[in-house]
Amino acid sequence: MSSSTLDYSLAGLSQSEFDLICEKLCREPNLLELAMFGVMWSEHCSYKNSRALLKTLPTGGNAILQGPGENAGIVDIGEGLAVVMKVESHNHPSAVEPYQGAATGVGGIIRDIFTMGARPIALLNSLRFGELDKSRTRYLFENVVKGIGDYGNCMGIPTVAGEIYFDDHYAGNPLVNAMCVGIMRHEEVKYARAKGVGNPVMLVGATTGRDGMGGAAFASVELTEQSLERKSAVQVGDPFMEKLLLEACIELFKTDAVIAIQDLGAAGLTSSCCEMASRGRSGIKIELSCVPRREEAMTPVEIMLSESQERMLVVVKRGREKEVGSIFEKWGLSGTVIGEVTDDGLFTVLERGKVVASLPARLLADDAPVYTRESTRPAYLESVGLFDLHEREDMNIKETLIALLARPTIAGKEWVYSQYDHMVRTSTVTVPGSDSAVLRIRGTDRAIALTIDGNGSYCYLDPFRGAAIAVAEAARNLVCSGARPLAITDGLNFGNPEKREIYWQFKETIAGLAAACNVLGTPVISGNVSFYNETETGAIFPTPIVGMVGVIEDISKVTESFFINEGDAILLLGENTHELGGSEYLRMLTGKTIGECPAIDLEREKKVQRLCLEAIERRLLNSAHDCSEGGLAVALSECCFGKGLGAKIELNDTLPIDALLFGEAQSRIVVSLDESKLGSLLGLAGEFGVPVQVLGRVDRSELKIDVCGREVLSVPVGELEARWKGAIECAMRS
Amino acid sequence: MVFPGSNCDLDAYHAVIEAGEEASYVWHMEKSLEGFDAVILPGGFSYGDYLRCGAIARFSPIMASVREMAESGRPVLGICNGFQILTEAGLLPGVLLRNRDLKFICKNVFLRVESTASPFTKALESRSVLKIPVAHGDGNYFVDGETLWSLEENGQVIFRYCSADGEVAPQFNPNGSVSNIAGVSNARGNVLGMMPHPERVCEEITGGTDGLLLFKSMISFLKGGMAGELVNS
Repeated sequence: MSSSTLDYSLAGLSQSEFDLICEKLCREPNLLELAMFGVMWSEHCSYKNSRALLKTLPTGGNAILQGPGENAGIVDIGEGLAVVMKVESHNHPSAVEPYQGAATGVGGIIRDIFTMGARPIALLNSLRFGELDKSRTRYLFENVVKGIGDYGNCMGIPTVAGEIYFDDHYAGNPLVNAMCVGIMRHEEVKYARAKGVGNPVMLVGATTGRDGMGGAAFASVELTEQSLERKSAVQVGDPFMEKLLLEACIELFKTDAVIAIQDLGAAGLTSSCCEMASRGRSGIKIELSCVPRREEAMTPVEIMLSESQERMLVVVKRGREKEVGSIFEKWGLSGTVIGEVTDDGLFTVLERGKVVASLPARLLADDAPVYTRESTRPAYLESVGLFDLHEREDMNIKETLIALLARPTIAGKEWVYSQYDHMVRTSTVTVPGSDSAVLRIRGTDRAIALTIDGNGSYCYLDPFRGAAIAVAEAARNLVCSGARPLAITDGLNFGNPEKREIYWQFKETIAGLAAACNVLGTPVISGNVSFYNETETGAIFPTPIVGMVGVIEDISKVTESFFINEGDAILLLGENTHELGGSEYLRMLTGKTIGECPAIDLEREKKVQRLCLEAIERRLLNSAHDCSEGGLAVALSECCFGKGLGAKIELNDTLPIDALLFGEAQSRIVVSLDESKLGSLLGLAGEFGVPVQVLGRVDRSELKIDVCGREVLSVPVGELEARWKGAIECAMRS
Repeated sequence: MVFPGSNCDLDAYHAVIEAGEEASYVWHMEKSLEGFDAVILPGGFSYGDYLRCGAIARFSPIMASVREMAESGRPVLGICNGFQILTEAGLLPGVLLRNRDLKFICKNVFLRVESTASPFTKALESRSVLKIPVAHGDGNYFVDGETLWSLEENGQVIFRYCSADGEVAPQFNPNGSVSNIAGVSNARGNVLGMMPHPERVCEEITGGTDGLLLFKSMISFLKGGMAGELVNS
């Protein structure tokens, strides 16, 4: 075995990848160059296993100002304003060191937003853990929430929405997906394209240390027992430093001295330099001895691979270094010139004047091989669709509903969001707890609505449908707040794509996302792929997460999910159908994710959403709430919480009672409205071709449900709400 | 006042504008507050809460002028981290410890107005109840028994955590503060520190206008000839 054979496998490259590098370079790379290829061609940086399929997603549209390919996507929200957004995973670091893993996940995504020139205005997150009966899960959950909270709170960016599911398929490999949303005027956009020969390249912010060494490569393999010892691959966050960096950058952008800017995320200096040069079709030359370090005797490999947080690379106009430096100085930060832009297409690294690496920037950044893997429909799908429930008719509805409301996945999440400052910047109009968060846009009558959604159980049973439902539900959440959905950012979390069954899940998921995005008119403007979410006990559920933004043109029309007036009529937009598969109810009864994933008719979905939006537009509705996990009974309960009202419901469907009350049929929205507007709504529903049914009336303090003339439930809302509200806190105390 | 790490400066600015007055940001490296009638130290995480909340910010150059403002009897309001800075600077008694349950907490709470002898509560009704949010990890107010007795005696306790009906009891105390104290003033009454965020509730659209009352009170105090009118001065 030659020495280089050993080297490339240590760098995480395959024989064929190593051969390709030698062929393109017409030589063998040296050790530093090999390490740089190792991180840049890792799955985490190169998307080599996902790129081919990601290209099939719709990414353009009239309102889209920037699709995938930059640090974040940009969508027009009118009046010359634009929203910048992106979601990113930090799963592996959070599995090993939950507090810092989650915190730096938040820090990284915030940097992606403000490097685009935008002011970050909101954070969201999507989390997955095992069941809370295990102490390890409680430890992970507690510290992930604390990590997210401490970082966002210190930054002064409100964490306004999120979602959490608990299932043991995530026990060893929790998911932490963080999303950030920023706002700017169209003309304020900044790009990460290095241009102009001789323009200085500055490294600003924190110093460079050995933390996070090889984090990108670490994220590109499965988790094992030994992973717990890989804490050195987890970065350490400093939100105060990032706050200074944010304010300094925003001040810097007001000058015209900046040519390009990019944050140092995965693969640190290596990725930021070669990506900026590749996007700008230029080259970059840096001198390692100029890089400010926090540790002694760092080798070139360590400096180039360090993932120390809160650092930015800025290309400024030649001659403006001093001005730029003084802005950073004001904020107590150092900005150091470490190199310059060239026109040779190379990323050249010098150490005290001696070239230690010289690689074509494009080859490193963009030309990793793209793999289309073999796929096979997983064998487990043959058996999961079947289930048999006995004695369903004489079940105790009240006990079942209470038990369902106390399931951590469904229960109120106040324990979580009260640890997040969700109000700072005083623009949060709808706080966590409703279908989506709403933020007013100062200086306009507009607002934006934000949500993040995904359901791994559905995707496990049918990744195509599950992914389509994730998009549909996200859009439904926005519509319930009165917002017109505009665009999505997707966080795709899967197992090892080199396994055929996992790749099949990925392929189906992409197809499902594409189908739903096309029908609902919400292109994908940014996103993140996280593979290798596996432990010795197997892969996670395929879990696509959809973060979505919508616009509300008239803020006075913002609608919430809670009933507000006693006596209002309650209606269901859409139809109750027999869908128990994949439901939280079935999981509660059987401990398993079984059955057939709920059906989704995207055209029907679109009609239901258009009806709801139009009804809000015409000020017909007093509340609107998406019917999702836990089904109709849970949705009705949630509508009652908050304002202390109740509801009297009469159902005449002939479905089995559990399917009717707890089934998770899609494309349903529970609305309430003044009796006098009933005719208008029914007329509108006719026009849109959407089936609707009157469910009952908003009542005082009790939830009563009759089915075909028989009372099946009568319970004080306070009793339901207490269990729903206290369940997570209770679980965390055990 | 903007310190490195302040993050409620924008909200405090808009609160004053909403109350009908002019406001501008002052960077902590400035040395003079000339031309200003009142000063607000906003919430946030000055210096990342390193060492101790507010412990580093108190050495900022501008703090000498804040002290002069306080001594001249003009209104000084410290909110959340601003409150912590004022205690660290010795302009207010007591300290703010970690919350009782060791978690950051962000939610609406109710406050009872205990004293109207401050520019910020002068126009409010004594014993009235305000709904104002808290958002902090270190808001557990503590003073020794003797100081507490003198604070009570002098009417320096301005706000207490209470129920929606104004009942002061341990279960309405979000962070473990001694005697449910949410806000205290100096002996003269013109310097107020409070953990809840009145600047966040100055518009109906963001959850209410109870906080606006404090800013309006401060403005009417300034327009009415200032410190001479404070009961305790």
